[in-house]
Amino acid sequence: MADTATETSPLDGRAGSRADSAVIVEHPHLGKIDLRGDPGDTAFVDAVAEAIGAAPPIVANTVATAGKNSILWLGPDEWLLVTPEGNQGQAEGALRTALEGQHVSIVDTTDARTTIRLHGANARNVLMKGCPLDLHPRAFGPGQCAQSILAKADVLIHQLDDAPTYDIHVLCSFSRYLWDWLADAAKEFS
Amino acid sequence: MFLIDCPYCGPRQQTEFHCHGEAHIARPKDPDAISDAEWADYLFNRSNTMGVFYERWVHNHGCRRWFNVARDTVSDRILAVYRVGEKRPKVTK
Amino acid sequence: MTQKFRLAEGGRINRDRPVRFRFDGITYHGYEGDTLASALLANGVRLVGRSFKYHRPRGILSAGAEEPNALVQLREGARTEPNMRAPQVALFDGLTAESQNRWPSLEFDVWSVNSLFSRFFPSGFYYKTFMWPASFWMTYEKFIRNATGLGKGPVGKDPDRYEQRHQWCDVLVAGGGPAGLMAALAAGRAGARVILADEQSEMGGSLLSDTSEIDGSQSADWVAGIMDELRSMEDVTILPRTTVSGYYDYNFLTLLERVTDHLGEDPDGKTPRQRFWQVRAKQVVLATGAIERPLSFLNNDRPGVMLAGAVRTYVNRYAALPGRKAVIFTNNDSAYDTALDLQRAGAAVTVIDVRKAPRGARIDAARAAGIDIEDGRVITRANGGKRVTGVIIRDLDESGKSVTGGSRSIGCDLVAMSGGWNPTVHLFSQSRGKLRFDELLAAFVPDKSFADERSAGACNGSMRLSDCLAEGLRAGLAAARDAGFNVRKAPTAPKADEAEVGATMPVWLVPSGKRLGRGGKHFVDFQNDVTAADLHLAHREGYVSVEHLKRYTTTGMGTDQGKTSNVNALAIMAELQGVSIPEAGTTTFRPPYTPTGFGAIAGRNVGAFMDPARLTAMHDWHVEHGAMFEDVGQWKRPWYYPRDGERMEDAVNREVLAARSAVTMLDASTLGKIDIQGPDAAEFLNRIYTNAWLKLPVGSCRYGIMLHEDGMVFDDGVTTRLAKNRFLMTTTTGGAANVLTWLEEWLQTEWPELQVYCTSVSEQWATVSVSGPYARHVVGSLTDYDKLGPRDLPFMTMAEMKVAGIPARVYRISFTGELAFEVNVPRRYGLALWQAIWEAGRKYGITPYGTEAMHVLRAEKGFIIVGQETDGTVTPMDLGMDWIVAKKKGDFIGRRSFARADTARPDRKQLVGLFTEDDPHHVLVEGQQLVEEVKRAPPMKMVGHVTSAYFSPNLGRSIALAVVKSGRERMGETLYAPRLGGGRPVKVTVTDPVFFDKEGVRARG
Repeated sequence: MADTATETSPLDGRAGSRADSAVIVEHPHLGKIDLRGDPGDTAFVDAVAEAIGAAPPIVANTVATAGKNSILWLGPDEWLLVTPEGNQGQAEGALRTALEGQHVSIVDTTDARTTIRLHGANARNVLMKGCPLDLHPRAFGPGQCAQSILAKADVLIHQLDDAPTYDIHVLCSFSRYLWDWLADAAKEFS
Repeated sequence: MFLIDCPYCGPRQQTEFHCHGEAHIARPKDPDAISDAEWADYLFNRSNTMGVFYERWVHNHGCRRWFNVARDTVSDRILAVYRVGEKRPKVTK
Repeated sequence: MTQKFRLAEGGRINRDRPVRFRFDGITYHGYEGDTLASALLANGVRLVGRSFKYHRPRGILSAGAEEPNALVQLREGARTEPNMRAPQVALFDGLTAESQNRWPSLEFDVWSVNSLFSRFFPSGFYYKTFMWPASFWMTYEKFIRNATGLGKGPVGKDPDRYEQRHQWCDVLVAGGGPAGLMAALAAGRAGARVILADEQSEMGGSLLSDTSEIDGSQSADWVAGIMDELRSMEDVTILPRTTVSGYYDYNFLTLLERVTDHLGEDPDGKTPRQRFWQVRAKQVVLATGAIERPLSFLNNDRPGVMLAGAVRTYVNRYAALPGRKAVIFTNNDSAYDTALDLQRAGAAVTVIDVRKAPRGARIDAARAAGIDIEDGRVITRANGGKRVTGVIIRDLDESGKSVTGGSRSIGCDLVAMSGGWNPTVHLFSQSRGKLRFDELLAAFVPDKSFADERSAGACNGSMRLSDCLAEGLRAGLAAARDAGFNVRKAPTAPKADEAEVGATMPVWLVPSGKRLGRGGKHFVDFQNDVTAADLHLAHREGYVSVEHLKRYTTTGMGTDQGKTSNVNALAIMAELQGVSIPEAGTTTFRPPYTPTGFGAIAGRNVGAFMDPARLTAMHDWHVEHGAMFEDVGQWKRPWYYPRDGERMEDAVNREVLAARSAVTMLDASTLGKIDIQGPDAAEFLNRIYTNAWLKLPVGSCRYGIMLHEDGMVFDDGVTTRLAKNRFLMTTTTGGAANVLTWLEEWLQTEWPELQVYCTSVSEQWATVSVSGPYARHVVGSLTDYDKLGPRDLPFMTMAEMKVAGIPARVYRISFTGELAFEVNVPRRYGLALWQAIWEAGRKYGITPYGTEAMHVLRAEKGFIIVGQETDGTVTPMDLGMDWIVAKKKGDFIGRRSFARADTARPDRKQLVGLFTEDDPHHVLVEGQQLVEEVKRAPPMKMVGHVTSAYFSPNLGRSIALAVVKSGRERMGETLYAPRLGGGRPVKVTVTDPVFFDKEGVRARG
């Protein structure tokens, strides 16, 4: 029985968007680690850089990327490390080792949120139906992230490229609501 | 609807924030050393300022940070936004 | 084709696209590009509605948003909409509209008798007449609602789709007339993100009705050129059919875009009918034009009496001739343009100008065209019933307040009136800008701005085209500059008509030569049937404030919000008071500018999108197994699991009994969970909770209560020490977010020196609570049974182990009072764990249970639920939980308040149990009040109330929890619970709140 337990994601088998210009895909189990620490402390910053390959970004609403790891700015002392599925244990271990003895917080939140990837020429138009952020290319572009509201769910939005493509990290309990909302919002572009 | 310049995230719509009333009300250092009346003042009494009012907000749909706002209650204009621990800024209406 | 009043050529209608529509059951024809109003006029239809109070026949007054008369019931069935302004309804094939406020028909309306009895409908009629006796109001109201009221709301579900959109921009331009176009062009060329919105179907504003030239080309061609350039700019968003409806703080504006209204219905099943924009603009340019004022002369409401500018619009833009024999009645120059255009369109025209010997380019042009100008004269009365047939004119005397000389009659089928122009300052005023009264225009114009906006063109009081263009340009440049753009490549202002515009001579109440109120009515507010006589009466009755006057007479309180009446009413009032208009006051403009349907405001926040349903990892299993759900916050929690045909109470009793006799399972995933880390974590908990935390061993759990500073309970839960510097706190389901905010508040604002980080992990974990005498057997069969023994995993401890092969945290905590294990696994394994426990439990008869059984089980044990036994006024001592309040550990939040006189008084309400005396099966009602003595009727002295009440199958009787004054001293006392709606009060005995297993041995087993 061990290690054979079935994994489920909240959006398994859910019908998506029919719009080619606003496609939604779930990336359910991206590794996610919530990291807290003092960015003014070089020991902290260096240790994270050593463990992950990138220092935690200091500039608000930005993402530091190293290989397949991304560190998303959440607040002045809080980041979300997003790492490939299954890598969170290794990443958490590396962080713990590197940050040994420091006052930090390292919490695996891989399962708390799922990720909906929204992609296509109308992706921005879909988001702007329910998101109060200024997502115009002059204000928000690839490598930026922000915590805000989308429709009636709290989200963490990360723009990946100019397509545009967005990763929308959302608490699992809200994810069906948000998925259905996105599919509905994309309907106009189908 | 306010546009609030979160000291950490930058300008965001008011819907991302909650207001939590008057700022700079410090918890008494030794609650037992003060009278019931003084304790009640800390608990319940708030100024109802016409003019510049210093209040606490939290960016609870964003970075989850608490911060302070100086707002003119007459014009409803936000005159300053500053971090917890910073002195209340001198502002003019 | 029967469009008898359609001009042979011209207009911006598409004659290649004829359109059929029905009005009051009759089929008519119009063209694409028509409005309902222009098409009706082209068909010679003049009578389009009945007025609100007197049911007087009414026609089309205006060509825009200000229309007070031509309000129709548009479309049918679920799509029907009342009070739609005919001049703003785009015509589409198959459109149906009905006139309103008439019965049985528009031509013959029974209620028009009101007009005969109009002496009985004075100002404040409702207040005066239907006041007494108060109990009759219900009857009166039904009668009034039937007799008045415009149109009917739809009954069916709205079949259309509405959407919303957030948008940020540098410059929002409200209005696409000459000023707005120049502003958008200037800002757009500077590189700003621009939104240009106009309520009309195409940009151009007054230029669409104009015949003048700009830079040597026809104004319409000039507009086309500008639009081509604007369309080529990537960051300029052009929104026709879009009303800027609200202007709020910090340049937050709402826009209503009518996306498919002009098509009849959604052409492809996916396009919204309307889109509600929420715009945050750095700078705003208001270019909203001006609205013409009617003149208040006797019977000025007869169908065929129209605003002069509107007549010009119908002739030039829609090629619809509102009349063949026209009288122009004016106090300013602008109506001369109408006179000329009407004459050019083939109508006979006479101008009545209140001004003696007016001079200027327009007047000269009219004279040159051979138009008869009767200067220094007024219309004392309009003749006709269902349409105007003529006017009586007389000389205006020197004072301007009365008429003199003989009267003369002129036959006509159209009166085009102009009482001057009111700049459309609605949005400016909404933005909290201050107005001033301009004597030359006799109108309010923008004075001091409050927001980051500027007005340009007619809405700023500039009535000359060349001024509008230049001002728009300047405003656009300034807006772009203030939004941070370089404006060196500024366009130049185009050349246009620069002729001087003569002054307006206000005649607010046109004298009829008779006493006011005799021989007809001077209407001031057409939509609400308010006359000059009504204003005079209100004045005599002492109404001084303009706000009182509005409410008393109902002036400006219709769906048009007084767009044509407010200034006229104010001016009449000022005259009566002998003060200037600005002294009399101004009026407050509130959003929305024109009515906005709820559909657009709601957007897609309907049905399942109205409120998110938060679901656990096991949700689908619950659905498949027939669970009924309860809403807890936004969560859907299983309430109970009825078997085939089972009633709720039977299902709940079965689930409750199983928990104490066999084994049960509960989805407890929704509880809040907060990971708390740092060297000061224990100290932090010590301050947050009432009990002591420093010495809690690693791996142990402790129940805690947290208070607000006033000493009142606000949340509770079990917290576990995961490591020396790491705790996992659980909170109530509903309190999860608030508790985290609370913890952060203390850490960030009061105790920044504490080294503690809090992270929400509520959703990281899925939780199955297995409870009952066989709980150890079931969980043990999925893990190493020996690890679960009473010594290996004692009550109130936690251990990590694999359960069903899944890495899990197993907590020995219990909310049922039974032996229980709470198994926590990462969410992705939640369903697998649930199914494994379900399968393993089958041989023990495992029963899934919901929140209702959970509530009964905990009530049997006397365990509180925050928010049920507590309501923000209850201390731990009130709950009999003195044991959880540490006496020695030092300060914690709320402690000091225990010493307050009110918190320490002995007669506070305290938690007790209740048994019903007469009928052990009777279940009290939560919230039911408790009294010592029953009287025949209230008031009775209330001593407490029921907080929880259930049937307890384990006790075989009903139980209740209550808070009662000095409750603990009342054990055994009898109280009474009066029933809502009468009946004999229920006799209850006060008892201990713990009903089952008082020693608590079962959970520890």
